[in-house]
Amino acid sequence: MGINWFKYAAPTTFYGLAGKLVPWFSVAAIIFFGIGLYIGFFVAPTDATQSEAYRIIFIHVPASILSMFIYLIMAGYAALGLVFNTRLSSMMATALAPTGALFAFISLWTGALWGKPMWGAWWVWDARLTSELILLFLYLGFIALQASIDDPRRADRAGALLAIVGSVNVPIIYFSVKWWNTLHQGSTIKFTGSTMHIAMQQAMFTMLVACWLYVIAITLMRVRSLILERERNTQWVNELTEVRA
Amino acid sequence: MSWTEFFAMNGYGLYVWGAYGVTLLLLIIEIITVRHKRTTTLRQLRLMRDAGEEQ
Repeated sequence: MGINWFKYAAPTTFYGLAGKLVPWFSVAAIIFFGIGLYIGFFVAPTDATQSEAYRIIFIHVPASILSMFIYLIMAGYAALGLVFNTRLSSMMATALAPTGALFAFISLWTGALWGKPMWGAWWVWDARLTSELILLFLYLGFIALQASIDDPRRADRAGALLAIVGSVNVPIIYFSVKWWNTLHQGSTIKFTGSTMHIAMQQAMFTMLVACWLYVIAITLMRVRSLILERERNTQWVNELTEVRA
Repeated sequence: MSWTEFFAMNGYGLYVWGAYGVTLLLLIIEIITVRHKRTTTLRQLRLMRDAGEEQ
């Protein structure tokens, strides 16, 4: 294949590419959210032990998975920017952080609303919950640190260090239910097979795909503004039709 | 199953809709914020360019 992938690593070309991709990912996300919610609320049966409260799983699990994945991707981009000094990677890290923080919050919020009726408590200082809360603080710390430094390149480097060091927390969250005796249940779906009803699995995976598509769409939208802001003194930005108008 | 029954979620309505409702609200706020950011960025770029042309 004669595609020059490095071409899209340049902010100039990536800006246009991202703009073309956003509508596709947005529409796909809406379709998948629709299908996922339909299966989750109208096809998946009532749970034998948790009644209808378990339906929170269809947003809680995808949001939790995403909050961890986004962090690793963010740290990966930040590290790339730090090592290779690639501007776009650093901008991607910055663009991912607010959405990552949002998903970490949704994970905690939906978990609290599930914990209250099932455990009798909104919150417990259990290993899984505490490490997820730390993840939210890492995102917020990353955002605050970058916002506090005026020079974007220095902000990128400082943020990258925080993101890389903080990534040690992600495996802690993931393995917390195995390493410690926690109130939070372990995963129901395992590679060796699952005891979960097939419609429940379908709803969860569809919602997971929908969340991924949403994250891609919103991150591309956000990074486009970042590119414009950081490249504002270049000729190509000033020649864009949306700027010239 | 009636709609009333559906929204009641067998007594867990507050928890289930509280989870989905807040999630939806936050996603909408995020989308509005990101779109607003694009509008203000473009406006700033035009202002800067116009200021540059006057000099």
